[in-house]
Amino acid sequence: MLGFLIQRLLQAVVVMMVISALVFIGVFAVGNPIDVLISPDVTQQIRLDTIAAYGFDKPLWEQYLAFLERLVHGNFGRSFVFNMPVLQLILSRLPATLELTIAAVAGATLIGIPLGMYAGYRPDSPITKAIMGITILGFSVPTFWIGLVLIMTFAVWLGWLPAGGRGDTVMVLGIEWSFLTLNGLSHLFLPALNLSLFKLAMMIRLARAGTREVMLTDTIKFARASGQSDGTILRRHVLRQISIPIVTVFGLEFGSTLAFAVVTETIFSWPGLGKLIIDSIQSLDRPVMVAYLMLIAFLFIIINFLVDIAYAALDPRLRARRS
Amino acid sequence: MTARLLEVRHLATHFFTRAGVVKAVDDVSFDLEVGEVIGLVGESGSGKSMTGYSLLGLIDPPGRIVQGSIKLKGQELVGLPQEALRKLRGRRIAMVFQDPMTTLNPVLTIADQIHLAINAHERVSTATARQRAVDVLTRVGLPDADRRLDAYPHEFSGGMRQRVAIAIALLHRPDVIIADEPTTALDVSIQAQILAEMKSLVRDLGMALIWISHDLAVVSAMASRILVMYGGRIVESGPTASVLRDPRHHYTRGLLNSLPSRAAPGQPLTQISGLPPSLGALPPGCAFHPRCPRADAICLTAPETTGHERRDWRCHHPLTAVSA
Repeated sequence: MLGFLIQRLLQAVVVMMVISALVFIGVFAVGNPIDVLISPDVTQQIRLDTIAAYGFDKPLWEQYLAFLERLVHGNFGRSFVFNMPVLQLILSRLPATLELTIAAVAGATLIGIPLGMYAGYRPDSPITKAIMGITILGFSVPTFWIGLVLIMTFAVWLGWLPAGGRGDTVMVLGIEWSFLTLNGLSHLFLPALNLSLFKLAMMIRLARAGTREVMLTDTIKFARASGQSDGTILRRHVLRQISIPIVTVFGLEFGSTLAFAVVTETIFSWPGLGKLIIDSIQSLDRPVMVAYLMLIAFLFIIINFLVDIAYAALDPRLRARRS
Repeated sequence: MTARLLEVRHLATHFFTRAGVVKAVDDVSFDLEVGEVIGLVGESGSGKSMTGYSLLGLIDPPGRIVQGSIKLKGQELVGLPQEALRKLRGRRIAMVFQDPMTTLNPVLTIADQIHLAINAHERVSTATARQRAVDVLTRVGLPDADRRLDAYPHEFSGGMRQRVAIAIALLHRPDVIIADEPTTALDVSIQAQILAEMKSLVRDLGMALIWISHDLAVVSAMASRILVMYGGRIVESGPTASVLRDPRHHYTRGLLNSLPSRAAPGQPLTQISGLPPSLGALPPGCAFHPRCPRADAICLTAPETTGHERRDWRCHHPLTAVSA
């Protein structure tokens, strides 16, 4: 186990190094922020001074080395636009996206697995046909359109739920959370629903495919022959065996939603990371872009690590191979 | 005469597939007495396993039992509701399958799997379940059962896994155990051990056993009576010694002649020419006629079961009894 941890840690360091170089070069190629930062009518001297102050006059590799040096000291730089430390800026936006992502991915998983298992267990029932119809909608209708329809229906026509924003928040552990107030929950519901539809469809499909496959195995036949009820078989035998692909997709979806919930956050004006990155790309706010992308890479490393640990917990055969 | 434990009459299980009706079990009748061991012999796809599943009520759509009756101690099982059948499975009729590598759940410990099988019919505490698991595993000859309870199936050898599966089948002391080729996937030396143990277990616990196999040699070592199945039907049945000595059906004789022990050393083994028919497209009449050396026009009509009680066959041209 210790060997596994050390190996993963070294891998993570290498991945982060490569990512930092790619991101730095990529962002450099996007455009020159000077033209956005200062007004076009300043004197040439001020212009040159500003360029020098940000270090834009140096060659790329020197800028990268300076960036790495600051990074080692935990300094991601300051945002050009907000004029505050980037790390602080990103962390202030993270909770909003985090609670939206957890609500969407966990909701989709908790609802999708039972529905998918039912669909796999009773492939010919009319309920299954209805469930599979929903998954086709979830896969094929674009998120932005569903978001607009949800706002039209629930916010404009019915007036039941707010159309955007985070609502009331509560401070817990120095962080603002919406899900702890009733008003905040009502704000969270629609964007989370919008984000979760695609994931719900995917979870249903995964659980259905897995259940259909496992139900045909001798393991299930033997369990049935020993008199175990279908409910016990689904809960104790099938669920465990289909959970590996589900955990994999759960991890990937969690990471990508955290990073790229841009469309939903924009439609529902949810003040999360997605909106921040879009704004920073528009204003060529280099430090924000770089720090954001590296944070996402870091989150994926953490998620993959947790997923691997979950594999070992779920399947004893993998545990044996690793030790 | 002992009480009749199981009475199967004219049992037919058909599968209604898009390609047509597959007659997996067709007009099968047999009896089983308390404590008796019978062997069900036939090639792959002759309907042996489906007969076993029919007895357990484990036929899933598109298949169903289309006619016949199965009586367990006088209680009719055909047509019982699902929940009533579930309560019988594992408690009164249990089954052991061919491949112990696939029957146990790879992600649950042995203790958990035994606990689930106990809980299917009675609520017991984890401690009680563990004690019963140790008892039953010791009974089937698993050394250090206590220490191995928390192991997973992949940590066991094939023979040990099959012992666990047999232990699970024994948990509720069923009246009948259906063993579907339980030794086929094992090494020959392990096979012999399991055979011997099953035999003594059945004798000690007074259970009846239906031993399904394609291997006449194995069955003749186990069973007091043999049923030979071909194309979903029982083509010959009788006491083991009598069937082996005086086969009446040409298929049974073909099977016997192809046993390696019957061939002279160095001589090629005799085989039955042709291939077993698909259950979805059985030849008309006697299903064996395309492969039978004695077949003629009358074989295109189905032969009735003839003979006397406990020794019968389905053939228009039965072989004459050698010792008659």
